[in-house]
Amino acid sequence: MYAFDIERPTTLADAVKLLAASDEHQALGGGQTLIPTLKQRLAMPETLVSLTAIDELKGICQDDAGRICIGAATTHDEVVKGAGDYPGLAALAGQIGDPAVRNRGTIGGSLANNDPSACYPAAALGSGATIVTNKREIAADDYFQGMFTTALDEGEIITEVKFPVPQKAAYMKFEQPASRFALVGAFVAQYADGVRVAITGASEEGVFRWSEAEAALGANFSPDAIEDLTLSGDGMIADLHGSGDYRANLVAVMTKRAVAAAG
Amino acid sequence: MPQVNMTVNGKPASGDVEGRTLLVEFLRDSLNLTGTHVGCDTSQCGACVVHVNGKAVKACTMFAAEAEGTEVLTIEGVAAPDGTLDPVQDAFHQHHGLQCGFCTPGMVMSAKALLAENPKPTEAEVRDYLEGNICRCTGYHNIVKAIMAASGQDVETIAAE
Repeated sequence: MYAFDIERPTTLADAVKLLAASDEHQALGGGQTLIPTLKQRLAMPETLVSLTAIDELKGICQDDAGRICIGAATTHDEVVKGAGDYPGLAALAGQIGDPAVRNRGTIGGSLANNDPSACYPAAALGSGATIVTNKREIAADDYFQGMFTTALDEGEIITEVKFPVPQKAAYMKFEQPASRFALVGAFVAQYADGVRVAITGASEEGVFRWSEAEAALGANFSPDAIEDLTLSGDGMIADLHGSGDYRANLVAVMTKRAVAAAG
Repeated sequence: MPQVNMTVNGKPASGDVEGRTLLVEFLRDSLNLTGTHVGCDTSQCGACVVHVNGKAVKACTMFAAEAEGTEVLTIEGVAAPDGTLDPVQDAFHQHHGLQCGFCTPGMVMSAKALLAENPKPTEAEVRDYLEGNICRCTGYHNIVKAIMAASGQDVETIAAE
């Protein structure tokens, strides 16, 4: 790692100030992605502003609209144990990494990074969640803007994520066994006003909604409804773990399994 | 260099660290607690698992500065002060839960974290919890058996594979 300083502010206001002080300052969540990145010398911040000492960014509650609101510095393990009112979301959090990783990694860190194979982007997009920052509220449909790219401005910090609770939901992940990231993951959620299907791990554009499957499942929420749907392998991630066509096929398979699991 | 202060194995510990100093480096190089191992240094293998405020974490993927004010437990703090082994350590001994021993500190720390939240895990739950702990000798069977035994369960019924 290149040398850098670490600041550990205890209030959001101080964190915002520290990040605004220089464009060489970078936010540090649980570090489960950023620390490996730093070890590979792929990032060279002057100062890391750790967000893990800020109590106002932690915790899970329910708002007046019934949405599950999760503080950005809440760990995956805390979501597993504390988001029981949205079982599909708690189950997804329990599939991220391994127990020790889930004790450090945070929802805000995962969404800010927007790894194309991460699990949380599928939950946020598949739930039509709202990403709250120190400046504004961003709908998930506007937030994810491609691989490792989001609507966040420089120095903008995610403070909270609000998830509308669906009637039913499930996430099915075909795990890349070495990294434990999703080779393909499908998050399916049925709401009163329609079905949302979000796919992670597959596209070169990062997480995306599979609109044809949403329409078919909206009319008939059953694996049979999407039996004949296929996706093109064009634009899918192709690497030594699987070709674009392989991933495209997995999208359909995992979506069907997610629908079956949601029941 | 800034100073970091924490409690390690029940005793106050402090030292000067760089921002980039990992918790595992502070434990091993500054405190000479070399029982916590560095296997892969990429948060895959789990040889560096310690507890921070009671939670299992990979000490190679956390900065020492982030442990400011916390209670850290390493493998050195697991046995009683008179040397009596912790039930998990004793079970690893009794059931030959180690071969070369390199992964063992992390295995024991993960096992203790599992049993703290799930005192009677099933075999499947043990294997699932150890997802992030790799034994390159592939001695998983006896590791699982030892953890089941440490939880007070009958392990004679677990078939050898």
